[in-house]
Amino acid sequence: MKIVVCIKQVPDAKDVRLDPVTNTLAREGVQSIMNPYDQHAVEEAVHLKEKLGGTVTVLSMGPPQAEEVLRQAISCGADHAVLVSDRAFAGADTWATSYTLAKAVQKIGDFDLILCGKQAIDGDTAQVGPGLAIQLDIPFVTCIQKIREATDTELVMERMMDDGYDVLAVDYPVLLTVVKDINTPRVPSLKGKMKAKKAEILVLSAADVGADPKKIGLAGSPTQVVDVFPPPPRGERALLTGSIDDQVEQLVERLAVYL
Amino acid sequence: AEKSVQMDLESWSGIWVYCEFRGGNLATVALELLGVGRTLADARGVKLVAVLIGSETGDSAEKLIGHGADIVYRADDPALHYFTDEAYGAILTELIRKKKPEVVLAGATAIGRSFFPGVANALGAGLTADCTQLAIRAGDGALLQTRPAFGGNIMATIECPGSRPQMSTVRPNVMKQLEFDPSRSGEIIDIDLAPAMLKSKVRVLESVVSDSDDVNIQESDILVGGGRGLDTEKGFTLIRELARSLDGSVSASRAVVDAGWIGYPHQVGQTGKTVAPKLYIACGISGAIQHVAGMQSSETIVAINRDENAPIFNVADFGIVGDLFEVLPKLISKIEEHRKS
Ligand SMILES: Cc1cc2nc3c(=O)[nH]c(=O)nc-3n(C[C@H](O)[C@H](O)[C@H](O)COP(=O)(O)OP(=O)(O)OC[C@H]3O[C@@H](n4cnc5c(N)ncnc54)[C@H](O)[C@@H]3O)c2cc1C
Ligand SMILES: Cc1cc2nc3c(=O)[nH]c(=O)nc-3n(C[C@H](O)[C@H](O)[C@H](O)COP(=O)(O)OP(=O)(O)OC[C@H]3O[C@@H](n4cnc5c(N)ncnc54)[C@H](O)[C@@H]3O)c2cc1C
Repeated sequence: MKIVVCIKQVPDAKDVRLDPVTNTLAREGVQSIMNPYDQHAVEEAVHLKEKLGGTVTVLSMGPPQAEEVLRQAISCGADHAVLVSDRAFAGADTWATSYTLAKAVQKIGDFDLILCGKQAIDGDTAQVGPGLAIQLDIPFVTCIQKIREATDTELVMERMMDDGYDVLAVDYPVLLTVVKDINTPRVPSLKGKMKAKKAEILVLSAADVGADPKKIGLAGSPTQVVDVFPPPPRGERALLTGSIDDQVEQLVERLAVYL
Repeated sequence: AEKSVQMDLESWSGIWVYCEFRGGNLATVALELLGVGRTLADARGVKLVAVLIGSETGDSAEKLIGHGADIVYRADDPALHYFTDEAYGAILTELIRKKKPEVVLAGATAIGRSFFPGVANALGAGLTADCTQLAIRAGDGALLQTRPAFGGNIMATIECPGSRPQMSTVRPNVMKQLEFDPSRSGEIIDIDLAPAMLKSKVRVLESVVSDSDDVNIQESDILVGGGRGLDTEKGFTLIRELARSLDGSVSASRAVVDAGWIGYPHQVGQTGKTVAPKLYIACGISGAIQHVAGMQSSETIVAINRDENAPIFNVADFGIVGDLFEVLPKLISKIEEHRKS
């Protein structure tokens, strides 16, 4: 079983704010982490490898420091790591990102299964997984909450829906995106950490993966962010006053339109 | 998937809405999107088109016309009983290629956020995720798509300057639907479905709908959210009672979902659902940024918490500092009193 897991390095969302003067992201001192959903994707991949045999390759597109999350994945049981990194990738939207990742996957070679997180906690789009599958011309299923059965030929799994879940079966190759319910990521072992430290990370440029310059980065992105601004303020802190009975009374009056 | 460069933008015309139909029902968000779609279509002087995919859709197409559509493209076939990304995606992709609409919208639901990215990618079209605001620029017909990112900490406006169609998924409960008008007229066109289009390599074995308590919280106008302040699973009885008195639904923080007091479909927040009800009442929820990210666009927010420094009060329109075990019973009886009068 050859498994590829796509992982993204993201700023820890709770630290991210807009600079009110420049209206740019204030990233100073903001910690970078592995996208939380991707930790679950790595865990599922390693779990499947332990069951069925094979290898897990982790893949990230990003600046050189994205190496950190690749090493973290190796410490949790991944075997190989690939970083596609090139200044020309800057400004990529989900279309250009899926194109670039697809080129990298094709460069890596054979695969049976690709796992992604449901979404990245910075861009929040949940679009890269499906986009990558279309680029590779393989089927995809999003929001997997459980893999019920995995054999060498077939997967049976549960896809989370708004009103419950669907039970699905599919043969390989396939791309899945996972939600956090699917498993509990393991804590890296000491041995894993040693391995991660020493691991060699294959770094590929746009030219290395044979990407068309017109399809990557800002130039290859159909969407463009034209403005960013802080969310509208919610108004003043409005604590009600008086005894609890008075406050409840006032509240019900104010909520009358909803009753 | 080829990306089209240097498109002839002018030749793309019409505002389209994918109208989600599942388990015999139209999704509410489909009607909401026809509401905003009507505004966009009128601003552009073009037709508003609904795309309906499913099986046994009954009088849904007529309903879509009554809610604002000029044309309904209908794909109704037993093979479409279950949602699959491949079949639904193939039908929509093919139709878009043939008819060339300028804008295509879908609800930012589990289904919309799953198959729309595939369709957009196959078309080389830009797709903006989870929009909360849409406007169209008169001159060039650019769709200005506004959405939250970074867990709701920032808002971004996105355009697709060089490509068509312009596609977006739109959050449920933010757009307004038009009142149903039975006198509206429109055209219903059944799509020819080539057998190849109905195929899916992913096989649906079963579709499990959770019990009645597990309503889709994204579609509720009123949500009562419970957090760790409820102390025990039993605390949820109070939350359920309050929700019932308001004809609302129950949501929760991650802390109590992790504790197993209620199921994950009820979780609001960064790793749960994003909701925007008319009224959100947070009870015993501290207001961690990851929770607030999922509910801050609610119309009115009420917080009940015994800690006056709880961050939830920073996003609340009305706050009561107090013990929820004292406040909630009083609130429930006052509401019932009010509703009877
Ligand atoms: C404010 C803002 C708003 C944006 N809005 C949009 C928008 O509406 N539409 C749009 O097309 N683009 C948008 N973008 C650009 C988008 O964030 C980037 O394209 C990003 O590279 C991928 O999208 P995402 O972060 O949403 O990932 P998602 O699609 O949410 O990520 C899903 C999964 O894909 C994999 N993945 C994603 N990125 C990588 C990577 N670099 N390397 C390896 N695996 C990866 C991971 O497994 C991840 O869990 C926006 C950017 C900003 C700053
Ligand atoms: C990557 C990541 C993703 C996350 N995603 C989510 C998410 O999607 N959704 C989410 O909710 N959280 C999420 N969290 C967790 C989040 O950070 C908080 O831990 C969580 O929201 C806390 O839940 P809570 O408010 O119920 O509990 P607490 O923070 O423990 O708050 C309980 C509150 O109840 C009040 N209280 C106690 N007793 C009473 C009483 N008798 N009467 C009145 N008030 C009382 C207390 O004053 C306190 O403010 C995420 C965290 C991380 C790191």
